[in-house]
Amino acid sequence: MSLQFSIWLIVGLTFALYIGIAIWSRASSTNEFYVAGKGVHPIANGMATAADWMSAASFISMAGIISFLGYDGSVYLMGWTGGYVLLALLLAPYLRKFGKFTVPAFIGDRYYSNTARTVAVFCALIVSFTYIAGQMRGVGVVFSRYLEVDINSGVFIGMGIVLFYAILGGMKGITYTQVAQYCVLIFAFMVPAIFISIEMTNNPIPQFGFGSVGSDGVYLLDKLNGLHQELGFSQYTSGSKSKLDIFFTTAALMIGTAGLPHVIVRFFTVKKVSDARKSAGWALLFIAILYTTAPAIAVFARTNLIETVSEKNYNDMPSWFKKWEDTGLLEFNDKNNDQIIQYNGDDTINELTIDRDIMVLANPEIAQLPNWVIALLAAGALAAALSTAAGLLLVISSSVSHDLIKRIVKPDITEKGELIAARLSAFFAVLLAGYFGINPPDFVAATVALAFGLAAASFFPAIVLGIFYKRMNKEGAISGMIIGILLMLFYMTKFKFGWFGGGDSSDWWFGISPEGFGTVAMIVNFIVSITISNLTKEPPKEIIDLVENIRLPNDTDD
Amino acid sequence: MKSKKSKDYWRKNLKYLIILLTIWFTVSFGFGVILVDQLNTFQFFGFKLGFWFAQQGSIYVFVVLIFVYIYLMNRLDKNFRSSK
Repeated sequence: MSLQFSIWLIVGLTFALYIGIAIWSRASSTNEFYVAGKGVHPIANGMATAADWMSAASFISMAGIISFLGYDGSVYLMGWTGGYVLLALLLAPYLRKFGKFTVPAFIGDRYYSNTARTVAVFCALIVSFTYIAGQMRGVGVVFSRYLEVDINSGVFIGMGIVLFYAILGGMKGITYTQVAQYCVLIFAFMVPAIFISIEMTNNPIPQFGFGSVGSDGVYLLDKLNGLHQELGFSQYTSGSKSKLDIFFTTAALMIGTAGLPHVIVRFFTVKKVSDARKSAGWALLFIAILYTTAPAIAVFARTNLIETVSEKNYNDMPSWFKKWEDTGLLEFNDKNNDQIIQYNGDDTINELTIDRDIMVLANPEIAQLPNWVIALLAAGALAAALSTAAGLLLVISSSVSHDLIKRIVKPDITEKGELIAARLSAFFAVLLAGYFGINPPDFVAATVALAFGLAAASFFPAIVLGIFYKRMNKEGAISGMIIGILLMLFYMTKFKFGWFGGGDSSDWWFGISPEGFGTVAMIVNFIVSITISNLTKEPPKEIIDLVENIRLPNDTDD
Repeated sequence: MKSKKSKDYWRKNLKYLIILLTIWFTVSFGFGVILVDQLNTFQFFGFKLGFWFAQQGSIYVFVVLIFVYIYLMNRLDKNFRSSK
């Protein structure tokens, strides 16, 4: 079987599966459309959450980023998993007990205010749109690299598929396709990792493999540190960023994860409070399988790459080298005209530029794995991008149809009307996301990472204080959210797009990067919320009762 | 609503949260960031210990923490209901 044919076959089969599931699980009520009828099994919800959560970036880019950053890449590993501990312990069970459909619904009811609800809707829309544009682009990129169609057609195919199952099935359709997508993506991620681990260390478990010895009897990480030193890169296991920035970035990613509306809403779909806790546990377990494998792939790929290319003759390079050169992801510039590839940490002698995405995408070819593994990888990357896009789409559509239209603009809308509104908003959201996927604004790549900062700076304090601090009132929450998100937007536009006078890393406040600034904005949000809250009048009695109620378990276990 | 039982339940819950979140902070921000250089002087199989906590160990502990929390809260909920 040719490579092209295998890829079309496997991608086609997985797409047929997603469509089949969508038809089987169409939503017929708003309850089914928004929260899958609240009947999802915790393990299934754990898988769906994992797929929802792991985006094209986790699947394609993360191992590559770690591969280039070494220890500094730990911020993503700890940040994107540690947030689930916060979710499970501080948010998920209480929000499930509260029992509504969306995050803005909680904020609006807890803070007895449609202003708070509207602010929350806009925060949710800002966070979700910055994120979804990146996903649609990811779909296009995978299509263009593996299936030799252009990026735009790839985006259109992706839009069509998501549109079909998100609009037909709503949350119910999305949930069960995400379960299937999790299985596809984790299988696709693990198979090459296991093969390569066996090849390099004789250990089938990648998590142990990268702490083992290679065929030459040297520990793999020691060897890699040695290679790095030789070539003028900083030590792989130590990194080079400031400790303070690592600390703040990890915290921003963790708290942002716990504040992302498309993740939180998954915990509304289970039957009872104890199931919300359980699904958080399962979700993290399923996520951890990929997240503990990624750093192993990073080490294997990095070592493999350096050994294959460094100080070797350009004409002796294997075929994948030429192939990825054609895509522009790999560039060799023979500065001293000796035909030998000098790969070096010093930019003046370095002759090779490598796009970080190659580390995962070309890994099976570098390790000479069979065609079906490469095809699987394409299907896995698409599953990761589509599942996240669908989850975000639902947040956008329910924020508009439920929180804006039903609760504020037209409260007398019928259930049927609301369902139509939900599907229409999903439709327009896909078109908008597709537009950004085809005409990506320059800031898409930068803002995806910053969506976490925005979520941390806006939602997290409002939700946590809403549960753990009874005295918290609407004045405090509204001003906290507005100041938090504006401060984050200011810092991010100043240092990422050069607005407000711009500046470079030497101008960062306290030396904290825009990625880590979400933590600072969140702390400011907490301080503002609590101060303003104590200066204004107490929340009404029924709100205190509501908070006391969500803190306690139900009388029976359902 | 404001019975002693409800208060006890909430206080216990907060106690669990404080203990579990302290462990959460220690393995990630403590071992993986603040103390990473000190821990890196120890070797753990082929890993430097601090590096292992940052890229592997902390994640394993996170998973365990949530399942411990599930167990503790299920037990607490059950006691709360049966004493009603």
